[in-house]
Amino acid sequence: MVSFLLRRIVLGVGVLWAITTVVFVMFFVAPTHVAQLIAGRQATPQTVALVSQRLGLDRPILTQYLDYLWRLLHGDLGYSYYNSTPVTTLLWQRVPVTASLALGAAVLWLVIGISSGVLASIRPRSLADRVVTASALFFYSMPIFLLGLILLYFLFYKLTLAGFDLFPGSGYVPLSEDPVAWLQHLVLPWLSLALVTAATYTRLTRGAMLDVLGEDYIRTARSKGMRERRVTSRHALRSALTPAVTQLGIDLGTVLGGAIITENVFGLPGLGQLAVQSVVQQDQPVIIGTVILAAAFIVISSIVVDLVYAVLDPRVRAH
Amino acid sequence: MSALPADLVETPPLDPERAIEGRSPWQLAWARLRRDRVAIACLIVIVLITVIALAAPLFVYLTGHGPNEEFQTTGLTPDGLPRPPSSTFLFGTDSLGRDVLVRVVYGARISLLSGVLASTAAVIIGVLVGLVGGYFGGFVDTLLARLMDVVLSFPFLLFAIALVSIVGPGLWISIVVIAFFSWASVGRVVRGQTLTLREREYVEAARSLGASDVRIMFVDILPNLIAQVIVYLTLLIPAAVVFEATLSFLGLGVVPPTATWGNMLADSLAYYRVAWWYVLFPGAALLITTLAFNLLGDSVRDAFDPRGDRLFRR
Repeated sequence: MVSFLLRRIVLGVGVLWAITTVVFVMFFVAPTHVAQLIAGRQATPQTVALVSQRLGLDRPILTQYLDYLWRLLHGDLGYSYYNSTPVTTLLWQRVPVTASLALGAAVLWLVIGISSGVLASIRPRSLADRVVTASALFFYSMPIFLLGLILLYFLFYKLTLAGFDLFPGSGYVPLSEDPVAWLQHLVLPWLSLALVTAATYTRLTRGAMLDVLGEDYIRTARSKGMRERRVTSRHALRSALTPAVTQLGIDLGTVLGGAIITENVFGLPGLGQLAVQSVVQQDQPVIIGTVILAAAFIVISSIVVDLVYAVLDPRVRAH
Repeated sequence: MSALPADLVETPPLDPERAIEGRSPWQLAWARLRRDRVAIACLIVIVLITVIALAAPLFVYLTGHGPNEEFQTTGLTPDGLPRPPSSTFLFGTDSLGRDVLVRVVYGARISLLSGVLASTAAVIIGVLVGLVGGYFGGFVDTLLARLMDVVLSFPFLLFAIALVSIVGPGLWISIVVIAFFSWASVGRVVRGQTLTLREREYVEAARSLGASDVRIMFVDILPNLIAQVIVYLTLLIPAAVVFEATLSFLGLGVVPPTATWGNMLADSLAYYRVAWWYVLFPGAALLITTLAFNLLGDSVRDAFDPRGDRLFRR
């Protein structure tokens, strides 16, 4: 088990190293002239040279690369070109917003996806099954921002017009400040992210449940006179959850992608908004910081999933 | 599995009067697809969208409104707000007084172009990398498999955004970015299939006859993968369409004033309270397109492999 974990961590570090290197090449070796960008279009060559020297961009590429890796290892992501705040500070300010969004949405999509999948699998080809699979396909094809707009129109605009000021259209209130307002601000973003993502879980759970329900041990359980409810909830669901666990790892890893869109639709000041903002402002240290943070998150969650997998299924450890 | 029931048609003692006609897997698949009403409906919808996209200039001719033409007086209310659908502007106007109908039609061009081109490129790269890795194995395979791992662990949307920040937004960079982040999933599947196919007897037979590696890969192995590749292609297209729309929505795709469904929806974010049509028409166009492709992809998969898992059972 320990060696399995070690191997996964080494592999994860390798992937992370590859990504940071690609990022370095993209931003520092690519033909774009960072110093020119910062100095502005009308800057004299002297100013550009000065900026270049200040940022250490005039040193040999290899020195720059090693320095970049060295600072990265110490958790130093540099300073924002835009307001000279340390990138780590900027990122940390945004983490609670994105974490609230992602975790809340994840809980929601797990509950919606798995329960609808189970519901559909209990009576295949019934009306409930058809409704569930049709809506799963519908949400699977739905872009997050479009669902966000639809929710804004009906649950914010129309509802507010009707006198129910339940869900604000944008903004964020920290949980520690006002839990109710926090919840109200997050319901619509959660729904947009969760409904789109839940469709995959519905499909996975339904498929796995149908497979499991045909197994011998389920027949045994039934023939012992066990109640159907207990058969599905205790025996079938447990093994039908494995594909959902794998998917959760993938989705939690890439949730920042969905968060970028959701945060932009609902004006949430999270990491995604920061990323888009820094692209617009050409604030490269911040862009690099968010990319690396996201990559680290993906790598870590894939390790965690493999671990959970190994705990659930001993056969994995051998490979 | 691509083991298609080609050998289902056993040759019985031939009675020349009642010879049974053998059908290729393709004919079987097509016969199944033709009987699938949903698939045919989706195919019709897709053809219709394509025709509309190709005939976009016709809409300009019929309405007399250019896609980027701003009608400051007829297209905007005295307060400067978008006008609702009317006989002049069938789908209403946007915040600059442009015809939403014409812009939705032009947006279809971008969506289809980027969707089809990016997925085709992704499939070609994925097939090549998967074939080479799976066929040669060893060091090459390890290297390519790790490469795919790295690409799959990229925070792709964020990375796309970062890339756009360097290169600058545009249609072609969007297509490149989408293709770059989509090929690895195809590559992984093709590699897995190739790994098992290369051990088959017919590959050994071809090799003993002196066939070159390239010939074995493309003539003996690839045709067995085509069915799966087609399914992947049909399911990648809607994903690519959504990806392009997302980039445009975030202001990182095709540059305005060129109309795309994504940037129209981005604009509508500021106007949805007063102009529902501004959300509805580009949104519906986008949703219908992705739905049609997803449903079709599902049916194509089913037609090639009736025992296989459907994405969404009906």
